[in-house]
Amino acid sequence: MAATAAPAGGAQNGTGPEWGGFEENIQSGGSAVIDMENMDDTSGSSFEDMGELHQRLREEEVDADAAAAEEEDGEFLGMKGFKGQLSRQVADQMWQAGKRQASRAFSLYANIDILRPYFDVEPAQVRSRLLESMIPIKMVNFPQKIAGELYGPLMLVFTLVAILLHGMKTSDTIIREGTLMGTAIGTCFGYWLGVSSFIYFLAYLCNAQITMLQMLALLGYGLFGHCIVLFITYNIHLHALFYLFWLLVGGLSTLRMVAVLVSRTVGPTQRLLLCGTLAALHMLFLLYLHFAYHKVVEGILDTLEGPNIPPMQRVPRDIPAAFPAARLSATMLNATAKAGAVTLQSH
Amino acid sequence: MAEAMESSGDGGTAAPRPLFAGLSDISISQDIPIEGEITIPMRSHIREFDSSTLNESVQNTIMRDLKAVGKKFMHVLYPRKSNTLLRDWDLWGPLFLCVTLALMLQRGSADSEKDGGPQFAEVFVIVWFGAVTITLNSKLLGGNISFFQSLCVLGYCILPLTVAMLICRLVLLAEPGPVNFMVRLFVVILMFAWSIIASTAFLADSQPPNRKALAVYPVFLFYFVISWMILTFTPQ
Repeated sequence: MAATAAPAGGAQNGTGPEWGGFEENIQSGGSAVIDMENMDDTSGSSFEDMGELHQRLREEEVDADAAAAEEEDGEFLGMKGFKGQLSRQVADQMWQAGKRQASRAFSLYANIDILRPYFDVEPAQVRSRLLESMIPIKMVNFPQKIAGELYGPLMLVFTLVAILLHGMKTSDTIIREGTLMGTAIGTCFGYWLGVSSFIYFLAYLCNAQITMLQMLALLGYGLFGHCIVLFITYNIHLHALFYLFWLLVGGLSTLRMVAVLVSRTVGPTQRLLLCGTLAALHMLFLLYLHFAYHKVVEGILDTLEGPNIPPMQRVPRDIPAAFPAARLSATMLNATAKAGAVTLQSH
Repeated sequence: MAEAMESSGDGGTAAPRPLFAGLSDISISQDIPIEGEITIPMRSHIREFDSSTLNESVQNTIMRDLKAVGKKFMHVLYPRKSNTLLRDWDLWGPLFLCVTLALMLQRGSADSEKDGGPQFAEVFVIVWFGAVTITLNSKLLGGNISFFQSLCVLGYCILPLTVAMLICRLVLLAEPGPVNFMVRLFVVILMFAWSIIASTAFLADSQPPNRKALAVYPVFLFYFVISWMILTFTPQ
């Protein structure tokens, strides 16, 4: 009796709305046979017990309503109970296994805690590191310490992206195959990651003592100078000012990076190779950022070439007539640019 | 045997209880209205909830969701230190705001010189990937806010900038001139500050106290980029 009552109770407990479709598939013809099996099957009792426990742990209040709804289907309850229990067990086990696998994979691959120690900084530390990135240290006989953090470099790259976007919008750069934002992000992140990897590779060849994280941090903080220069010169469009800042600010941050690398490398040839490459790439990048996304170039284009597009430029540009304020500055810029073009031509 | 089955059946199942009896055990302060049951992990309650909301009319569902979104909009417009946005997050508001902003920032695409197409995708990608990046950053800095809560807050705080976009669009209907530009600049700066204050009011509590500046700076950059896109928008 208990065996028969238990599946009935289990059926009432377990046949919730989600197995309604399953119950309909059971043919009514075999009901008598299955009822007999249900009554005599003692191996099914373990399923029933487990099923009972299972459902009682999870579904307490809903069972009352499900049971009230199921009271009408009197004769099929036993058969539904057995098949429903088994399928429910199997489905539950599959769900648990799947969930376990998914959470294991997720915790393995999407674990951002791997990066957590690199973001463990205080605002005061970030500020001091920003200022130190502009101050070259003379002591090159002793390996200088590089802070291995990623917050500062990442924020500087994003700031550079924002400044670049500002510059591109001001000069109305048109990118045909992509978007402005995509180009800005691609340029800045590409420079940071690509040049870091390249210099790390060269450092490996030259036996310099520097890790990839340290190189990323060093180059990232070196972009602070770039941010300052571009922020000022995208707003004040004076050619001479840009060259002055390029040499001064760009030069200082490059010297700082070079000094750190020299202190960690042995041998004059290796030092020359490594530091020369880094200095060249860093300074040329600033030059590129200024000239590729700046209005002044249009004046030079008009003066020098006319409708032809020189290979350095990506897309043709018109002098923007969007802002009335821009019209004034455009005429002023054209005058500056023509003066600049004349000096360039004379070289 | 039939009586035994029935009686044991009755004993095995509990006596019928009222539908939401268990909900009185949950402690939620009554003065802040709740929408949604994200924080309650009991499956049976949720299933019961679902089946009851499945049977209601579509209008009821839509009105309920709209009211929840509208309530959060009010919280953004008058930012106080509350955690309503955090507790019952939803992403309808951010989606609606993002799509509105992206549609309004779309230029006319008939012009061959200026490509209007990428503007929508650009804004969309900037908003969502920017929000994801800020969320990851604040989590890495040690904040105890969940991923979607942060997305919800950042998305809702775009509301002032969307209002700024609407105002700029209206102002641009007037004649262009430096006054026009100054008005738009003022409006955008004001709304930008409002967005930052609103998002800081919600996010600041989740960060360790000495690192608030580190978490707020990317938010500042994010809204700066969006404000810049709004300010430099000129319909062609």
